[in-house]
Amino acid sequence: MTHLIIFLLFGALCVAGAVNLLVQRHPINSALSLVVVMGSLAVEYLLLGAEFVAAVQVIVYAGAIMVLFVFVIMLLNAGEEERTKGSRVAMLFGIPGMLVGSVLVGWLLIERTGNQTVSAGALPGAPRTIGWLLFHNFLLPFEVTSILVLIAIMGAVVLASHPDSDQGKKES
Amino acid sequence: MTPDLHLWLIPVLPLVGAAVNGLFGKKFPRQAVAGVALLFSGAAFALALLVASRFSSLTTPHVEVLATWIRAGKFQADFSFFLDQLSLVMLLVVTGVGFLIHIYSVGYMWEEGGFYRFFSYLNLFMFFMLTLVLASNYLLMFIGWEGVGLASYLLIGFWFTKDSAAAAGKKAFIVNRIGDFGFLIALFLLIKHFGTLNFDQVFQGIAPMGAETGGAGLLTAVGVLLMVGAAGKSAQIPLYVWLPDAMEGPTPVSALIHAATMVTAGVYMVARSHVIFERAPMAMTVVAIVGTLTALFAATIGITQTDIKKVLAYSTVSQLGYMFIACGVGAFSAAIFHLMTHAFFKGLLFLAAGSVIHAVGGEQDMRQMGGLRTKIPWTFWTMTIATFAIAGIPPFAGFFSKDEILWRAYQASWVYWFIGLFTAFVTSFYMFRLWFMTFFGEYRGAAESSHHEVDELGHADMRVGVPAPHGHGHGGIHESPRLMVVPLVVLAVLSFIGGWIGVPGALGGSNRFEKFLGPVFHATAAGAEGHRGTITEGEGEGPESQAGHATELIFTGISVFAGLLGFLLAWQLYYRNPLLPQQIAAGLGGLYQAVLHKYYIDELYAALFVKPLIAGSALILWHGIDQDVIDAALDNSAHGAREVSDSVRHMQSGNLRSYAGWVAAGAAVVIAYMIWMGTR
Amino acid sequence: MVPISYYLVLSGILFACGVTGFLIKRNIISIFMSIELMLNGVNLSFVAFAAQWHALSGQIFVFFVMVVAAAEAAVGLAIIIAVYRTRETLNVDQVDLLKL
Repeated sequence: MTHLIIFLLFGALCVAGAVNLLVQRHPINSALSLVVVMGSLAVEYLLLGAEFVAAVQVIVYAGAIMVLFVFVIMLLNAGEEERTKGSRVAMLFGIPGMLVGSVLVGWLLIERTGNQTVSAGALPGAPRTIGWLLFHNFLLPFEVTSILVLIAIMGAVVLASHPDSDQGKKES
Repeated sequence: MTPDLHLWLIPVLPLVGAAVNGLFGKKFPRQAVAGVALLFSGAAFALALLVASRFSSLTTPHVEVLATWIRAGKFQADFSFFLDQLSLVMLLVVTGVGFLIHIYSVGYMWEEGGFYRFFSYLNLFMFFMLTLVLASNYLLMFIGWEGVGLASYLLIGFWFTKDSAAAAGKKAFIVNRIGDFGFLIALFLLIKHFGTLNFDQVFQGIAPMGAETGGAGLLTAVGVLLMVGAAGKSAQIPLYVWLPDAMEGPTPVSALIHAATMVTAGVYMVARSHVIFERAPMAMTVVAIVGTLTALFAATIGITQTDIKKVLAYSTVSQLGYMFIACGVGAFSAAIFHLMTHAFFKGLLFLAAGSVIHAVGGEQDMRQMGGLRTKIPWTFWTMTIATFAIAGIPPFAGFFSKDEILWRAYQASWVYWFIGLFTAFVTSFYMFRLWFMTFFGEYRGAAESSHHEVDELGHADMRVGVPAPHGHGHGGIHESPRLMVVPLVVLAVLSFIGGWIGVPGALGGSNRFEKFLGPVFHATAAGAEGHRGTITEGEGEGPESQAGHATELIFTGISVFAGLLGFLLAWQLYYRNPLLPQQIAAGLGGLYQAVLHKYYIDELYAALFVKPLIAGSALILWHGIDQDVIDAALDNSAHGAREVSDSVRHMQSGNLRSYAGWVAAGAAVVIAYMIWMGTR
Repeated sequence: MVPISYYLVLSGILFACGVTGFLIKRNIISIFMSIELMLNGVNLSFVAFAAQWHALSGQIFVFFVMVVAAAEAAVGLAIIIAVYRTRETLNVDQVDLLKL
């Protein structure tokens, strides 16, 4: 019973945050809503027993990625969105398409899963277990992703550097 | 064991000459070109003589297979050559007269541009004609048949920059092709029923068949279709229209191709196929009727023409009609006899006409000639002999052959004889008209006055494709060079004595010519029934033939009389009373105009066939299919591709959100599809 | 005891919101945040299925997804900065030079 209540509470919080992200016009508000969403999601993960994932969600997603977003919004001095002429296609095909897709998938999922339930803390994902898996079964992907991150770092540095300065060595 | 005479060399040698002259002749000096041409055609003639000398020791027919050509299922056609008496006669005529005309051409064409081209074509013609004559199956003969048509087109249009010459060449080729269509269908029928086109096999297959007296049947169909082909090649009604136009070509071409050899290919082919015709009386009747009508028709046109070559052209059509009359009544050896003598005197007539034209500086209109007999004596005397020969005056060559035909025609039907006799009268008339207008009276032309000032056609125009004016601007009318006169003399001698090998029994001779050709035409006559014309006259002198001789003598006398009558009429109208012809022409009014304009047949054909064909072709084939279907398909497909890409390019708008929209829609489609597949 | 379908429906709702945000928003950073929202929705479904099937590899996968999302966010924001420098605008409708 409590499981259900907590689920519904934080689920509602997720959805509210998501909708708020859509509704808000200033990107900073959208960013903060997204943080709320991520926090709620972390709780949902905990409900399913994924401790490590929940922790990583808060640390990496809410703590690092969203901070990055906020910094960039601050750096670029992003203001409220202006109303510009949009794309008819996006409205005409995109929204209905998305609706159709989601409805279909939703229907399928509900139908297929039927009455199966999960209990709270169904699959404990302790750091030890996760770690063991990572370094034994998933070692290759693990190493590859580390290289991926390295590339991303280099790419970000190159892309964001000033065009006429040398990797930001010279300060104005 | 048949000795190998290397018959294949006879056609191939001129081919080599044609190749040498054609490929390298442009760089040779004239003498070399002439030398090559004369060498190879002379070699062919020498070989023909050699073959003739060895002929008596051969069994006939003598077949030599050179190589296998087509082998398709049960059908086989080879490059094989066939020699029998008929081939030998044709061979000697073609190579002999051909060689003489080659010699003449060297002199005649000396100042023309494209000298090497002329001789290349002439040798090429010899190759094809000899292939035609020596072929031992219809297919090889057809190659020669088509090839001579090609050579004729090339030579008629020799001066190709002249529109009328080019058009005449085209006309000749196209009208020939119409006849060839009939020929081809006949070949197809033969293949279907006999499975082969070899002469000996086809004729053996036909031998047991009886005569188709009902007037319809395979052999009748084949015979009529072969006649269609012959009508195209030998210029009979209704396909004769190309021959008068073919006079656009140089005169030696007219002599060789359109008098002596190519146009006689039709007669040769009919004679060769006599086995077929003898069993198809209806086809023979068609041949005889066509020949008769053509002979008369062309002769009447000949009386009104003023161009010396056109008169001779219509004369050729008319004489060919005689040969077909002979074939049509079954007197094949008489037809070949006339073919031979005609080659002599008609070849001579054309060559002499060329000499006349050369002398008066390119003028071909007889109204501008006259009184030439003292100025060009050699030409005059040789042409006289030829004129007497064609008019059928004894003892010249044409008398014996024409008389033979008339006698045989009478034995089939008096109608043929009467029309033939009347045509002989008309022939004599227009030939002597030509003779009088050209050589007698006062000179009416302009060439005589050109010996001091250089006329605007000053020196010889060496450009390719333009006829060189023969006015050399040096002294007016002059006799032709020896190179041209010698062949004239040789042919004149032949025109005189050439008939003596065919003197009929009625006149005391033994008709050796017919006896010589006997094995060809009578060996397979055993199966033919019900046709009177195959009885020979020369065999035996029983009492029944004595009476026949008497009748024949009477008829001979009548035909000589007709010839003399023509002479007298021409003498009266063109020598004694030169103004009379115009009065008569004016008096006859419309009739004369019709004959003058060749009965408007060319205009009729143009209106009936040519114009509708061109209009239809332009409308349907050009506009309808080429433009509206093929071009339109291409244009429209290109246009369509443009339209499609034009409409699709709006997808790439550079706008991120529209891309996102498309992605979302596409994803929905994919999801739906997968769900549908999953639930199937 | 919560039916698994609830988790999945929640995940679906989050994903749908992410797509909608991608379609409606005009600010490039907001669009980017919608992408992150989509990724999160997917993560939730991974964890839910992992719990249902008792397969820990589901959670491992979430881990990898997060790594990739982080890398992508870094590079993407760098690109946004570079675009802002040249175009002086963050409005995605005004950056349409690649049109035909």
